[in-house]
Amino acid sequence: MSSSVLAVEGEGFVSPGPGTFVYPPAFGEGTFVTKPMLIVILGSLAVAVFFFLAARRAAMVPGKTQFVGESLYGFVRNSIALDAIGKPGLKYVPYLATVFFFLATLNISGILPLVQFPATSRIAIPLFLAVISCILFNAIGIKREGLGGYFKNMMFPSGIPWPVYILLAPIEFVSTIIIRPLTLTLRLTFNMFAGHLVLVLFILGGEYLIFEYSGVVGIAAGTVALLGSLVLTAFEGFVQLLQAYVFTLLSALYIGGALQDEH
Amino acid sequence: MEGMVNGNLNMIGYGLAAIGPGIGIGLIFAAYISGVARQPEARGMLQSIAILGFALAEALAIIGIGLAFALK
Repeated sequence: MSSSVLAVEGEGFVSPGPGTFVYPPAFGEGTFVTKPMLIVILGSLAVAVFFFLAARRAAMVPGKTQFVGESLYGFVRNSIALDAIGKPGLKYVPYLATVFFFLATLNISGILPLVQFPATSRIAIPLFLAVISCILFNAIGIKREGLGGYFKNMMFPSGIPWPVYILLAPIEFVSTIIIRPLTLTLRLTFNMFAGHLVLVLFILGGEYLIFEYSGVVGIAAGTVALLGSLVLTAFEGFVQLLQAYVFTLLSALYIGGALQDEH
Repeated sequence: MEGMVNGNLNMIGYGLAAIGPGIGIGLIFAAYISGVARQPEARGMLQSIAILGFALAEALAIIGIGLAFALK
């Protein structure tokens, strides 16, 4: 963990803030590659290589790698695509699986020893994926119903007295085009942000209590804090997988909504 | 060591903002648990609905912590 966070000069404990998420260039001044960027590159490579190996020699009787790869892919196929969209969703499994494993890997980097930084807590990555999802489900709807028909179905659903449209049309428009990608982005980013901040707080706080505050009280409380950080790390792992699942599930639901006749 | 509280009122605001989603998430999982207790075979279907509702309610708390850090 970077020691710059704990800038203690006999001033008491300085709790970690948003500055924890700002990294200097990894290879010295003048370069632009930072730790989050490295995590993104290595994470994508890891996912790509793993699935390449799993699918390279696909056999009738799967080997170990192929079995794991197929189980993971099958999870996305069965419990996200088929559950949320249904049969027509099978066409979108490749996209959903890519999003799920990319996000799961980048999230899990938050509790991976030695890495310990969730790259998705930088808003650019979730924002980019959410914009892709947004373009995708709008494109599906427009392709199916035509440009006018899609927006008419979205903003002016039938069977409603006309004065309600004055309220409903702008709400539906804003919610579909802006709120959906925005909440997808913010949910993932700030879950990772808050989780990482809590972990850093527990670990640095425990370290401070033991080594700086000292005394019986400090060492006892610091030990409790460090043990608590272990429990929180496990909890964070759960949250990170859950958030990757939620992002993919919501993307799938939006795609499913665009594929249905009536909203 | 002299005790002194430094910080930002934003965090108190975030604490207040987290009450609503907390209650909401509690209600969602209470409904999920009683639904599974009445009809254990519907568990798979209820689970994805419960997680969806949880994610939507949680978004409010998450936006709260985002704003707590973003607004000065």
